[in-house]
Amino acid sequence: MKTETIAAIASAMTNSGIGIIRISGEDAFDVIDKIYRPQKGNKLLSQCKSHTIHYGHIYDEDEIIDEVMVLLMRAPNSYTREDTVEIDCHGGTLVMRRILEVVLKNGARPAEPGEFTKRAFLNGRIDLSQAESVMDVISSKNDFALKSSMQQLNGALTGKIKEIRGKIIHEIAFIESALDDPEHISIDGYGENLLIIIEKLMQKMNQMIASSENGSLLKEGINTVIVGKPNAGKSSLLNALVGRERAIVTDIAGTTRDVLEEQINLNGITLNIMDTAGIRSTEDVVEKIGVDKALSLVDKADFIIYVVDTSTALDENDEKIIDAIREKKAIILLNKSDLIQVTGEDEIKEKLSGADHKMIAISAKENLGIDVLEETITEMFFHGTISFNDEVYITNIRHKNALIQAVESLKLVKQSVENGMPEDFYSIDLMNAYEELGTIIGEAVEDDLVNEIFSKFCMGK
Amino acid sequence: MSVIEETYDVCVVGAGHAGCEAALACARMGLETIIFTVSVDSIAMMPCNPNIGGSSKGHLVREIDALGGQMGINIDKTFIQSKMLNKSKGPAVHSLRAQADKASYSMEMRKTLQSTEHLTIRQAEVSEIITEDNKIAGIKTFSGAIYHSKAVVLCTGTYLRARCLYGDVINYTGPNGLQPANHLTDSLKAHGVEMFRFKTGTPARMDKNSIDFSKMTEQTGDERVVPFSFTTDPESVQIEQASCWLTYTNPKTHEIIRANLDRSPIYAGVIEGTGPRYCPSIEDKVVKFADKERHQVFLEPEGLNTNEMYVGGMSSSLPEDVQYEMYHTVPGLEHAKIVRNAYAIEYDCINPNQLLPTLEFKNIKGLFSGGQFNGSSGYEEAAAQGIVAGINAALYVKEKEQLVLHRSESYIGVLIDDLVTKENHEPYRMMTSRAEYRLLLRQDNADLRLSKYGYQVGLISQERYDWVVKKEKLIQDEINRVESVTIGAKENVQKLLEEYGSTPLNTGTRLTELIRRPELDYEKLAPIDEDRPELPEEVQEQVNINIKYDGYIKRQIKQVEHFKKLENKKIPDDFDYDAVDSLRIEARQKLKLYRPVSIGQASRISGVSPADITMLLVYMEQIKK
Repeated sequence: MKTETIAAIASAMTNSGIGIIRISGEDAFDVIDKIYRPQKGNKLLSQCKSHTIHYGHIYDEDEIIDEVMVLLMRAPNSYTREDTVEIDCHGGTLVMRRILEVVLKNGARPAEPGEFTKRAFLNGRIDLSQAESVMDVISSKNDFALKSSMQQLNGALTGKIKEIRGKIIHEIAFIESALDDPEHISIDGYGENLLIIIEKLMQKMNQMIASSENGSLLKEGINTVIVGKPNAGKSSLLNALVGRERAIVTDIAGTTRDVLEEQINLNGITLNIMDTAGIRSTEDVVEKIGVDKALSLVDKADFIIYVVDTSTALDENDEKIIDAIREKKAIILLNKSDLIQVTGEDEIKEKLSGADHKMIAISAKENLGIDVLEETITEMFFHGTISFNDEVYITNIRHKNALIQAVESLKLVKQSVENGMPEDFYSIDLMNAYEELGTIIGEAVEDDLVNEIFSKFCMGK
Repeated sequence: MSVIEETYDVCVVGAGHAGCEAALACARMGLETIIFTVSVDSIAMMPCNPNIGGSSKGHLVREIDALGGQMGINIDKTFIQSKMLNKSKGPAVHSLRAQADKASYSMEMRKTLQSTEHLTIRQAEVSEIITEDNKIAGIKTFSGAIYHSKAVVLCTGTYLRARCLYGDVINYTGPNGLQPANHLTDSLKAHGVEMFRFKTGTPARMDKNSIDFSKMTEQTGDERVVPFSFTTDPESVQIEQASCWLTYTNPKTHEIIRANLDRSPIYAGVIEGTGPRYCPSIEDKVVKFADKERHQVFLEPEGLNTNEMYVGGMSSSLPEDVQYEMYHTVPGLEHAKIVRNAYAIEYDCINPNQLLPTLEFKNIKGLFSGGQFNGSSGYEEAAAQGIVAGINAALYVKEKEQLVLHRSESYIGVLIDDLVTKENHEPYRMMTSRAEYRLLLRQDNADLRLSKYGYQVGLISQERYDWVVKKEKLIQDEINRVESVTIGAKENVQKLLEEYGSTPLNTGTRLTELIRRPELDYEKLAPIDEDRPELPEEVQEQVNINIKYDGYIKRQIKQVEHFKKLENKKIPDDFDYDAVDSLRIEARQKLKLYRPVSIGQASRISGVSPADITMLLVYMEQIKK
């Protein structure tokens, strides 16, 4: 089966220092021969050794497009295990696009999303969980999600799952050999032992499942709403967090009309911040839309930042907000700490009637207390216990479900032991747990998995 | 010179447990069948242990019976003790084992063969197979006689180039000094068949009169005997039973064995064949379980009309003098007289990966095989393959679709699939652990699982099959009824629960809930289940198991459904593995060698990883599109 040659811009499509265009497939060297001319001499790149780098220019017929470095990797020693060429060019989006066009004109076709990975997978370069991780890397929005994807790519997940599976199969093997050779292998009192082992395994697996809660928040970003009555300092806060003038900051109530969305990154956590038009009763139609949206956003948000104007007294808007956030994950910012304080911590606490929200005094305008805020948010989401190195974070929904199923199966084993079922019953559910875990790392043959792959990599044709 | 020439539909080579089932199946399916044996006096001989059944082997016997085979009926007629094993465990591992009167067993089977229509018995050594265009055409005997046939079933057991060994004594004979078959191997090799050399062993036989049973523990049979065959009247097997006896080896025994290991032909390297790990000699056990101070030894009668006692657990190929010394260390055997020495036997068999799951050779059409010839061990394993090979040989002659039993429906399916799919380097023994869906493959429901096949091929009568269908309905109806019954917290109920140490009821409870309590079952709850109909014992048993283990059964059924998905993904005969670029080299070689019939079978070949299977699936999906 001849594989088509594919190409894509492999670096971010933003203006940056260096851009990379990757070409993979049987004709990769033909393509580059047609569009590249070396600085010195006239040796064709297809005649050059693998894993060498070459300096020259990309041409569109006779027109020079860019000055480039070209990296050659011959099959199977490349990511896709196919002949691969990487063109390092200047990082302007326009230049990158032009080069890609020339590449496509000369025999390659545009790669589908994830297609390089698909090929790496199909050519046996990486296993399924690694392939999925690459997909995650491509779609991850922050350093942390990237880091956990990279960990999976390195097989940290595979290692952990293998370890658990190894323990399960060991127990199955023991039960089975005791059944086959009761004379030499005694199974008396084994149930109690098994319970201890299962408990430990479930604990480990539950930790991995719990990490997925962080995991999915991390990859998608945490939907955050900043609320506060008009002119409480929401836009100033956002500006302080974003570090540039995105929202218009004025002293006139109601000037922040549209819902602004901004992603900011705090120590690796993505906050999708939705600035609101303020919450207040108003007859102004435009303003009303903003208010309704804000109220609905409070309900949908994962996290709420409530900005209190400490230079004025609490009003009905504040009471509405406090009611709305009582049961939510929220932080309360006592803004305008640089002005004369009219409202204090105690008054708010009283209104909260027992809800234990953190309060921090800041001055958004003067950029005071912003770092404390950042730290507090980070801590709130990681319970201050997350380490970035040795834990495996489950960021893939399929993995998570398999883990949940496996834990369910182990629970059934536990039940069997507790109900005094004969030992030969244990292995049914132990085996289910083992197989479920196998689906994560591609060690169980799963017909459905193949369908999954097909959908994920847009295969077929 | 003129030679004898005769024509049959099917030739069966060998009249051991596999050959008998194969020949009976063919003849009963209406085909003219001839069965060859080197000794007519040794039909269905039991050259090793004097029992039929046992853990997982008992399952095989019941399955053979459900298909319409003879083994179950034959042992029901000739057993002298019977026991349901593993009763303290779940119903999946309950297994029937019966001690046989060896001579009667053999004679009874011979009578059955003799009285079967279309079946001819012939004493002769088969020395060649005859083929035309990779298709079987018949066999030739050592005397030169030619028997034309459309199908041949090879069940040569341990006779091919057999030799028996103990110490440095080598006898070039089959078991019990019988004539070996020294010529067929060459003919098979000439036809491109790959041969293995395996070995197995048997313990000594002792004179009963010289054994001191007072130093041993008596092992009696079950009070109520369950027959093997679904056709046997349970009342007919309630006989007076013989006893077996349990004793143990000790450190002294082990010391003698260790001191003489170098004189064992296995450890000295004289034996080339590979022995069964799961049926080890006493030497092997002493080496493997070095820290065990004792091993079980069972003294089992070889029959009612013989003094010989089989020394179960102590098979050996040590020299005669060491055997004497070793056996005499065992309590009760101090003065025992050896009637026959223990010995190891070496023989040729095939690499079973040359067979299809139908037990037909992939490369020689119409040639089938079963039993130890296929690399298995044990009478029951042999008989199980024998009946399948026989049925398929007959179906082949009749040009009908072949019968393949799956892992998810029978132990026989597991046995055959393992043989033809997995790498087999030692005599294959059936074990419960090999059956991954064993909760569904119980010995008690073999008739419900397999009678339909026996009926379809014509080995099970209409009447018998009608009963199975009716039984199925009775079971389902009763389960439905029980599921709708609620038991109130009445006085008689509480009293009954108390009687069995079960928690009293607070409120009305489903009957099924009560049946599932470990201390209770369907039968025990009869007094408080007012509308319960009268049902045969075998129906009640099924109702109880199905309700009691409902959750487990359902989960196992799910596993089977998953299994079937891959099993049903057929790989075409002419599939080109070279076209799948991404297969690893080892996997590609194995797949080309085994030519699996389905993705499921492919996934069980050692050396083929799940990743390879994924690649295959992806490739097959792609060419479909």
